Formats: sequence, C-alpha cells, structure tokens
Amino acid sequence: MSAASTKTDIAATQAALKSGKQTSIELTTQLLAEIDKRRDLNAFVQITREQALKQAAASDALLRAGKGRALEGVPISIKANMCAKGIETTAASRVLEGFVPTYTATVVQKIMDAGAVIVGSTNMDEFGMGSSTENSCYGPSKNPIGVALGKPDLSPGGSSGGGAAAVAANLCFASLATDTGGSIRQPASFCGVVGFKPSYGLCSRWGIMAYASSLDQAGVIGKTVRDTATVLDVMIGEDVKDSTSLKPVGTSLVAALDDQAKKKWRVGFPREFRDLVQTPILKSVWEAAEQRVKAMGGELVEVSLPHAKYALPAYYILALSEASSNLARYDGVRYGHRSATASDITDMYEKSRAEGFGRETKKRILLGTFALSAGYYDQYYEKARRIRTLLANDFRAAFKSVDVLVWPTTPTPPFAFNSHSADPLTMYLEDVFTVPVNLAGLPAVSIPILSSPEGLPMGLTVTGPHLGDQAVARVAHEIEREIG
Amino acid sequence: MQNKASTSAANKPNNLLKGATGEWEVIIGLEVHAQVASKAKLFSGASTTFGAEPNSNVSLVDAAMPGMLPAINGECVAQAVRTGLGLKAQINKRSIFDRKNYFYPDLPQGYQISQYKNPIVGEGTIEIDVDGVTKVIGIERLHLEQDAGKSIHDQHPDYSYVDLNRSGVALMEIVSRPDLRSAKEAQAYVTKLRTILRYLGTCDGDMEKGNMRADVNVSVRRPGAELGTRCEVKNVNSIRFIGQAVDYEARRQIDIIEDGGTIRQETRLFDNAKGETRSMRSKEEAHDYRYFPDPDLLPLEFDQAFIDGLQKGLPELPDEKKARFMAQYGLSAYDASVLVAEKESADYFERVAKGRDGKAAANWMINELFGRINKEGTTIATAPVSDVANNAIIGMISDGTISGAIAKKVFDIAWTTGRDPIEIVDTDGLKQVTDMGAIEKAVDAIITANPDKVEQVKLKPSMLGWFVGQAMKQSGGKANPQQVSDLLKAKLGI
Repeated sequence: MSAASTKTDIAATQAALKSGKQTSIELTTQLLAEIDKRRDLNAFVQITREQALKQAAASDALLRAGKGRALEGVPISIKANMCAKGIETTAASRVLEGFVPTYTATVVQKIMDAGAVIVGSTNMDEFGMGSSTENSCYGPSKNPIGVALGKPDLSPGGSSGGGAAAVAANLCFASLATDTGGSIRQPASFCGVVGFKPSYGLCSRWGIMAYASSLDQAGVIGKTVRDTATVLDVMIGEDVKDSTSLKPVGTSLVAALDDQAKKKWRVGFPREFRDLVQTPILKSVWEAAEQRVKAMGGELVEVSLPHAKYALPAYYILALSEASSNLARYDGVRYGHRSATASDITDMYEKSRAEGFGRETKKRILLGTFALSAGYYDQYYEKARRIRTLLANDFRAAFKSVDVLVWPTTPTPPFAFNSHSADPLTMYLEDVFTVPVNLAGLPAVSIPILSSPEGLPMGLTVTGPHLGDQAVARVAHEIEREIG
Repeated sequence: MQNKASTSAANKPNNLLKGATGEWEVIIGLEVHAQVASKAKLFSGASTTFGAEPNSNVSLVDAAMPGMLPAINGECVAQAVRTGLGLKAQINKRSIFDRKNYFYPDLPQGYQISQYKNPIVGEGTIEIDVDGVTKVIGIERLHLEQDAGKSIHDQHPDYSYVDLNRSGVALMEIVSRPDLRSAKEAQAYVTKLRTILRYLGTCDGDMEKGNMRADVNVSVRRPGAELGTRCEVKNVNSIRFIGQAVDYEARRQIDIIEDGGTIRQETRLFDNAKGETRSMRSKEEAHDYRYFPDPDLLPLEFDQAFIDGLQKGLPELPDEKKARFMAQYGLSAYDASVLVAEKESADYFERVAKGRDGKAAANWMINELFGRINKEGTTIATAPVSDVANNAIIGMISDGTISGAIAKKVFDIAWTTGRDPIEIVDTDGLKQVTDMGAIEKAVDAIITANPDKVEQVKLKPSMLGWFVGQAMKQSGGKANPQQVSDLLKAKLGI
C-alpha cells in the first residue's frame, strides 16, 4: 500500500477510503506526523492525536462494512473557539486557560456524527478579534505560502489564520472556522485556499464562543469549493438550541455543484467596490474576475450599494458593542482565569479580566462599552443598526437584477506581522471588502483568483442573496474550474 | 418609569397625611416581580423546583458557559400572555428581549435578559377595594426577564458562595402607574394582584419563597401640586412590609421637606427587622446598564390565534366571580369579596352552596368555617370538616332537621371527631322535634307552672322570649324555635 496522500482533496480521499486503497488510520497517522513536522507554522493549538486515531479506527471498521458516512475517516480540524468535549478550548485567550468543555458545539458534533476525524484545533485571533492571528495568546501562525517563498513574517490572515494555514499546508482536509467580519474569507484568500461562509443562521452557533452574535457564522476553509460544500452540507441545519438558526431551503450545496443544467449567470459588481480598486494588484484581480465570468458565459452587470461606504464603521460599532456584552461572562467566577492577587470582588473582576484578555480584546471591549453607554447609544449603536438595515436593502435591490456579486476579498496580498501596529485603523480597513456581507447575513465564498508577481495569493469573493448559498457555491465552482 | 399620575384613577385626596406645616399626599407606584409558574426556566430546560440543593438546578446556559445560547421557553410566554389578559391589558404580538449589562457574581452572563423598550404586555388595569370604595389602578406594562442567582455571604470567613438555582428563572415584572395613595391601597393592590395571578395559575404568589416581591416607589406632594422626587425601595418581600415601607418612606420624606430639605432621587433598602428604609445608592451612583437588543434572540412574535387560544382557556377571574356570586347567590359585596379572595375558597363555597341557599351557605362559611379555621390556624384544604359535610349541615338547617344552635354543636363534633354530620345527628338524637303533640305538652306545662309570667307577658309581649327559651330547654334544644314561638303566641293570646 502506498503512503497515504494528504495532498488530495476530500472527494479523492473519500474514493480512496471507500475502495480500501487507503485506510483512515494510515491517513490520520501520516497527517499527524506532518502536523508535527510543520510546528513552525503554529497552525494548531491542540493536537488530538489519541482521539483522532480512535476515531480513524472506528471509521475504518465502518468503511470496511460498507457503512461509511458522509465524511467517514476524513481528517478535519476545528477552530479554537469551538467547544469540543474533553479538548481544552480557549478561543486563543488566556482568560480561558485550562478550560475544558463538557459539551461539543453542534457543528463539531455534526461532522463527528458524519464520521470526520478531528485532528485538533487551530490558531486564531483571540475570540476572533483580528485579521492576522497576531492577537492569539499562542502567538501568530505563519503563512505557508510565505514560508515557502522565504518570507516567514507574512500573516496567514485572521482570525481563522491557523485553519487556513493548516489547509494550505495539507495538515487537514478542511477546517471548521467562523466568520464575523471576514475571518474565514480573508485568511483563505491570504493562504490561497477556499473559504465558505454560509448565510447567517444556516450553521448553529451553539457551543461556539461568541464574538458578535448577530454576525458570527460558522463555515469551512477547504482546498476546493466542492470540499467546502461537502463539509457544509453536513454542518448546516436548524438547531433548537440556537434561536437564530434557520431551516435550509433548496438542494444541498453539492447537488447544486452537480447540477448539469446550463445557466447564464448574471454576475454583478458593485460600483462602490470598483471605486476602491486603485492598485495594480486589485486591478489584476478585477480583470481576472471579468475574464472568468465571460469565459463561463456569464453576463457582467454593474450594480450599486450606496450604503456600502458606511459598512466598516457600522460593523465595528455593532460587533464591538455585542462583544463587550458577550465577553462579560469571562469574569473569573466560574471558570477560566482568576487573578491570584485579588483583594475583593471588584478587584477580582478587574485583575482577572486585565490579566486574562489580550490588548486588542480589551480595546474592543472598551470601545463597545462606550458605544452602548447612556447618551451615546442613539448616536452610535442605533445609527449603526439603521445603516445595517439600509445596506441589507441595498443588497436586496441589487439581487433583483443579478444572481451573485463578485469583488476582491482583500485590498492587498498577505501583509507582514506588525505592519499595522503604527496605525491600528489601517488594520480595520483590511476588512472593507468582507464586513458588508456579515452585516447583511449573506453567503460568500472566497476562491483563489491569481498570484501576485511575487507569488502571493489573492482571492475573489462571490456573494449571493440570503439563503442563496447554492448559487454562490455553483458560480464559485465554475469560476474555480475556469482557473483550472 | 413613572412620569405622571394617571387621571383615570379619579383620586379623591382622602388619604392625606398630616405634617407640621399642613397636609401631604403620598404617591406610590409598584414594580412587582412575580415568578412565572413554570417547570422550566425562561431560557433553559433547568428545573425551577424550590428548595433544591444549591446549584443542582443549573444548566450550562444558566451558568453562562462559553458558547451557550438562550432558547425561549414557550410556556413562560403563554403565562405572561395569560397574565396580561387577566389584567385586561394590551398584548403585544411583537416584543423584544434586551440585555441589561452589569457585573455581579450571581449574574453569570454579565447581563440579565429582560425586556426594555418593547415589553410583551402593555397597559392594563386592576380594581381594588379599600374601605368599601372601589378604585381602578393603572398597569403600565408587564415584561419577562431572568432572575439572578443568590450570593451567600455567611458560610465562610473569607469567601462568598453563589447558588445559581434561581439563575434564569422566569419573572414577570408588573409595573403599576403611580395611582396608589396610601399604604393600605398599596397593600390592597398587591393582594389583588396576587389573587389574580393565583386564579390564572401564572404565579404561586408565595412571598416567603421569594416568588413575589415588590420595588416600592414613593414620593410626596402637597395635594394637587406637581409630583415630588421619588425614592425606590427595593425588594420588599411581604404585604405587611410593603405597608411599613410606604409609611416609613412617606414620613421620612415629609420630615425632610418640612425641615427645609429636598428629596434626593435614590434607591433604598428596606430593613425588615427595623421596619425602616435606608439609602443604597443615589441617582448619580446608578448603573449604566447599557441596554441593547439581545442578538442571541429574535424578536418574540405570535399571532392573534395564539392569544385567542389562551383567552379561551382563561378561568373566571375574581372580579367576574364576585359579580356572579352577588347575582347568582344574592350575596352582599362584602361576603362575595371574602369568598373570592382565594380561588380555593370560592370553589369550596360553590360546593357547599350546591342545592342550598347561597346566603345561608356564605354566612355559614364565613362565620363558622373561617372562624374555626382562623382559631385553629389551619387551612380550608386541611380542615377536618369537608365541603360535603358543611353542605350537609346547611341542608339539615334549611329543611328543619336541626336548628342553627344544634348545627354549631354538630359542626364542633364533626371537627373534633371527624364524624359525618348526618350520622352525628342520627346517632346522638339531635333531630329537631317536630311532633306538635310533644311540643304542646311542654308548652302547656310551662304556662301552668308560671301564672305570674303569663300575666306579665300579656303586658309586655317581648317576654315571649322567656317562654320560648324554657320550651327549648325542656326539648334539649331539639324543638323547632319557630313552631314553639307560634304555639305560645296562640296559647297566650298575644
């Protein structure tokens, strides 16, 4: 039997597992060895070796019996903010040091129930707050493409940077991730892989440590659109434990990809985003996108999202307001970090939280607290909510004339660590192409579209109407095929 | 929440307090926190059983473990709507849960889920009776919210403990308009509210168990003047204490103003032992709760059919029942009020009155049964004389089997021995004597033996009572007093 291949996609791996050419134990063993070899990437924060091998053995038994499930024996990683029973889960925060949940997040349970082998949890910005993984208590992850090019100081993006790096370095076949303002799509773009954030509500948030509840959505980082669709089909579904979760409509995502019916797609590009395309690299992305759409027989249509320019400030006000409240539970009373030097209850709160949270998280809690304060609420939070509604209406109007929208995922190729430290606001600007989608709850996929002259990846985002995930998957899949 | 006194509750300033410089009017508004009668908590499946071991009724959601989300308990929503209907209030088909943010060890989430701008129930009314006067008190709103846990400070020299059994239990906060004008009215309001909640089965109303408590807002003003600055007395947990809190607080405020001072808006605590209020925090020290809509929950929405379904299942409420008792049984307003104060006693009354004269049944219950229950410190449910037994006794009075006096005796025997009243009357030979021959013999004997009294009664007919008494005595109380009286009148020619 030949050495297991960790470089193939899920479809090929499943074929090999099903036919018996490969066992999950072989695959998992090799993958764990490679994870060990690539410790330099700091992609994983927990490696669940024993559990993974046990799961793989169980999968092999089922595969031999011809009873393999949807993801039987396929090694997959999860983000460090997804609770999994018995696995230390911290959301990359010192405040949750040593926290081992007694429960498993719905999305994680679902892929386990489908036979996926969990190999570990991946690095991230603390509670999802960042675009570089620099805000992790475990230190930043590295960008595998940057490392290969001799540029180890390039960020894999964030917040799901560890997951994107792990997939790009073939350390797992897919990584479950979350996306609040671009945390799946931006790192996917930075690492040259696919990131799929479904419509808000399709994946249960139960058991995932919240950053901003109205924006948080689980999704998948994978090697191909088909791989992400395969895993998402398992994750998606209404959950009575999450009041904001929704029943999916229409076919499965994989069925949408396999739909043979030819369709002349109407692909929109928002004028407001095109106006931001000023650099050579963004112009190349734009041109490449136009070419691919034409090549697949699509029709390009200009649309307008008049309120998109307010999306970034509105996003930060809403996300940080919710975060300031969501993170209040980390108080050192029941679990997680409690300061050893506290003298009374107020002191205990202050010290535990001061010691437990990282700098960026503290900053965001303070900003969110401010935005919700008496006298400022209407001016900030309420106004941001109104912008959110207006923006969602803009998208709705646009989707009357187009099936999907496309634009670049990021303003730049992967940036270097510390490159935004002088002016933190420039880091927030990295999210300009990603946050509008979260505000409107839309599905979006980032696929690699080209490499910069230095060989760095750039992604293209395909966005569709709410619950139009099938169209997004299908168009992204077709563009991906055109790229070849 | 209380900006202006409602004018609908036409208030005659009949409750004025005297100060050194003149009369004062007390303005009271109440925020009652009533625990929703429900097996499970508002947003988790954990049990609400009272008195469980500390931290035994706590789910992952109640402990605010990372990644946990609230999911609304439909029964709590139904209970809030039922209560709204019982308060003749507007039901809001769309309401919103907000987060009220503050840090406290017994508040695991770091926020309480409550309803701030858009409560589930809007304006309604409650009728109260005080000193025979009926007054309508406005309800401003009712909203659903989570209870907090409990901090325990007396178990360890260095540490405090936290019990999360109550954490997440559903409460209804019922806010009155500032329509109340005296401690008595405040007490009548809470009593009536509790009666309605118990009728509806939406709250047990057991203040000792903490499932009903009130925040009392008090201010004073010169009659007819603008509203004064109010103080809020937090967490008063008995009807008696509510009265004390109002009286103490009104007097305190009057004294301050009459001494040339001004009232500071503040939150105050009620000291149960001393019957006093004391300052907890001033307006300046008040928390900024940073309310905002809870993004983990969608707006709470239901349709008219849901409301109609609950309306259909609503029981007869105290006001309606009182009116019916007056019409159907011919009871006085007072008797009807006494009987409907508890649903249990109203239902009991109807069983006692079945096939009997309603008025007689009400009199019997209020005087004999309630009197004995109060004396023995028992309850209607545990009283040794059952509803069936009381019904039998009243039946025997009305059909002339026994007299009222004998009935009391039968009741007493039944109470102490548990014997059946009919059996008592039979076995103990307590049946009223209706044999006219026997009665006539006795009457003749008395007349013959007392010629002087016979002369006297002819001059003074009220002396007849003496003859009746003698005849009853001879019959061992078993003669029918009416028959004796009629016979005597005929024989004596008066």
